[in-house]
Amino acid sequence: MGALSIREVRKSYGTTEILKGINIEIEEGEFLILVGPSGCGKSTLLSMIAGLDSITSGEVHIGGRKVNDLSPKDRDIAMVFQSYALYPNMTVRQNISFGLEIRKVPKPEREKIVAQVAQILQMEQLLDRKPSQLSGGQRQRVAMGRAIARDPTLFLFDEPLSNLDAKLRVEMRTEIKLLHKRVGKTIVYVTHDQVEAMTLGDKIAVMKAGEVMQFGTPQQIYDNPANLFVASFMGSPSMNFILCQVVTLNNGVGLQMETGGQTHVFPVNRASAALSAYVGKQVIVGIRPEKITHKVDFLAGAPSFYVAEAQIEISEPTGADTLLMIKINDKNIVCRVHPEYAKLQGERMAFMFDMSKTVYFDPATEARIV
Amino acid sequence: MADTSNTQTQGASRFGRYVIYTLLGLVCLYYLLPLFIMVSTSLKTLDDIRSGNLIALPNEVTFEPWKEAWGSACIGVRCEGMSVYFWNSFRFVVPAVLISTLVGAFNGYVLTMWRFKGSDIFFSALMIGCFIPFQVVLLPMARTLGELGISNSIAGLIFVHVVYGVAFTTLFFRNYYVTIPDELVKAAKIDGAGFLRIFWRIILPISTPIIVVSIIWQFTQIWNDFLFGVVFSSGDRQPVTVALNNLVNTSTGVIGYNVDMAAAIIAALPTLFVYIVAGKYFVRGLTAGSVKG
Ligand SMILES: Nc1ncnc2c1ncn2[C@@H]1O[C@H](COP(=O)(O)OP(=O)(O)OP(=O)(O)O)[C@@H](O)[C@H]1O
Ligand SMILES: [Mg+2]
Repeated sequence: MGALSIREVRKSYGTTEILKGINIEIEEGEFLILVGPSGCGKSTLLSMIAGLDSITSGEVHIGGRKVNDLSPKDRDIAMVFQSYALYPNMTVRQNISFGLEIRKVPKPEREKIVAQVAQILQMEQLLDRKPSQLSGGQRQRVAMGRAIARDPTLFLFDEPLSNLDAKLRVEMRTEIKLLHKRVGKTIVYVTHDQVEAMTLGDKIAVMKAGEVMQFGTPQQIYDNPANLFVASFMGSPSMNFILCQVVTLNNGVGLQMETGGQTHVFPVNRASAALSAYVGKQVIVGIRPEKITHKVDFLAGAPSFYVAEAQIEISEPTGADTLLMIKINDKNIVCRVHPEYAKLQGERMAFMFDMSKTVYFDPATEARIV
Repeated sequence: MADTSNTQTQGASRFGRYVIYTLLGLVCLYYLLPLFIMVSTSLKTLDDIRSGNLIALPNEVTFEPWKEAWGSACIGVRCEGMSVYFWNSFRFVVPAVLISTLVGAFNGYVLTMWRFKGSDIFFSALMIGCFIPFQVVLLPMARTLGELGISNSIAGLIFVHVVYGVAFTTLFFRNYYVTIPDELVKAAKIDGAGFLRIFWRIILPISTPIIVVSIIWQFTQIWNDFLFGVVFSSGDRQPVTVALNNLVNTSTGVIGYNVDMAAAIIAALPTLFVYIVAGKYFVRGLTAGSVKG
């Protein structure tokens, strides 16, 4: 039995249904990410796991135990909030030991735990400060310390890093990952940052409007998005989507692309069988920016590659790569090119399209074709 | 070009500032004048008052009127001054202020963090209490006090003021607590704290600014109250405001303006004191919601 199992969970406020039947199951020690745009119900789901919100229907099991009717304190969980929710009137030490005190852990034991936690998070020198005397990152650390002190079977994080600046966010992200390695506990982590989702998660549940759009490992979700929404949500810069006509090519199918007045027919090396039903119709082609690069001569002849020349509309150097924007079928397409090979804005250059990982969506239903 | 226009606007704004300060000064004078007259009159002898001018400073300073007002002025048939009534007021004002503040804090806590079905209606109903004029509740209150067996007692006055004040204190605390993130209470729930423990250990300790507001407000309201005092108490159980009225109305031939003024200042001293000591918290507390960081 899994560490956390969410079965057909629904939540309604009055007549509006916020969660529409969620099913998620993870194993002990796994890091689950709930990711999705604002208002899709991530926090609501987390609150229901924590027992802070009632469950309208469905079941939540933690460690094999049905917890629907247990109060938060009996669910053996700890939670880290977006606003940190440190008790402003208490010192860091008191913040960490408050929960222990309530559970009647004897004082010497409490002090030992506080010392341990402080050591794990390297905040011994902060123990006697009030939260108002701490920086954002330090508050974040204390909030995690408070959770660790409880030693729960399940950690819940609700966008813990969203109030930090970009640099600190990256640092804390690494720290959380290390922490997970160290304590090995099951974690449910809410974020709307897809980079956090990709880097931290063992499993990701991509949510939209109260439904899980896709549940899987980060790589599955990145390489094999279930639909247009997941494909566009995960990845930065996000996947390119090109609406184009499917035509016959040799004895398979091809995709009709137009750039700078020139028409190309891109080969479909994979899944041409599924696409043959769309000949004469339009599909949405999804191709990630890193699959459009400069022309590499020894690859250019291979069957899944296609080379086309296009004019660079905009050039955005990021240091490691340069993002070049071109126009295909009147849509802006982002290409990720090594800075050495990137030409200047306004110039033309040959781009090489790697079609092996392209995905296809139906324009009407936005569902994945293949 | 740019320079001249710059100095021009500077000059204009400096002129505007003078106007503002002058106006403020005048308004201050206007408000301080009565206090000045009261203080100076209370330090004059009766002869001085009769012969001199209202705004003039005393020819010779005397503290006799203050002594008389405090200890020997006649109020009705008793000639023991204001002191008895002054302490009377304290005896019911302090408990009434503390109880109504505590109840208000508790109400505010429940209404924001443990909302129940109908809590909004409950709050709206309570708010009507802020708009009910004193006169309306006099008769029902008299009945209630009778039923409870606490009419004409300190306990009765405490009860009246708590009941009447709770609407205001609840409003204060509710509006303060809605600015506190829900997550704080959620965190405490996950830590295993219950309803009362969260209130005592977390919510109340972070309520200092609004507690100060509530105490100042309630203290001034209850201390200055006249109507409830005159209706629900009598004889030597009356509050200082009623005593002041009686003192001024008790005629012994000559009208002792200096004693009246001293008595009036005595009656007003505690509220003045509270404002001076805690006034800055008052402003801070009232704006606390908007400047929370
Ligand atoms: N108490 C409530 N009553 C009615 N609707 C609510 C309530 N709480 C949340 N909602 C609604 O439920 C939806 C999901 O809210 P939730 O807070 O779970 O979103 P979220 O995915 O966490 O978004 P964010 O990324 O902005 O935190 C929102 O549309 C919100 O308006
Ligand atoms: Mg949220």
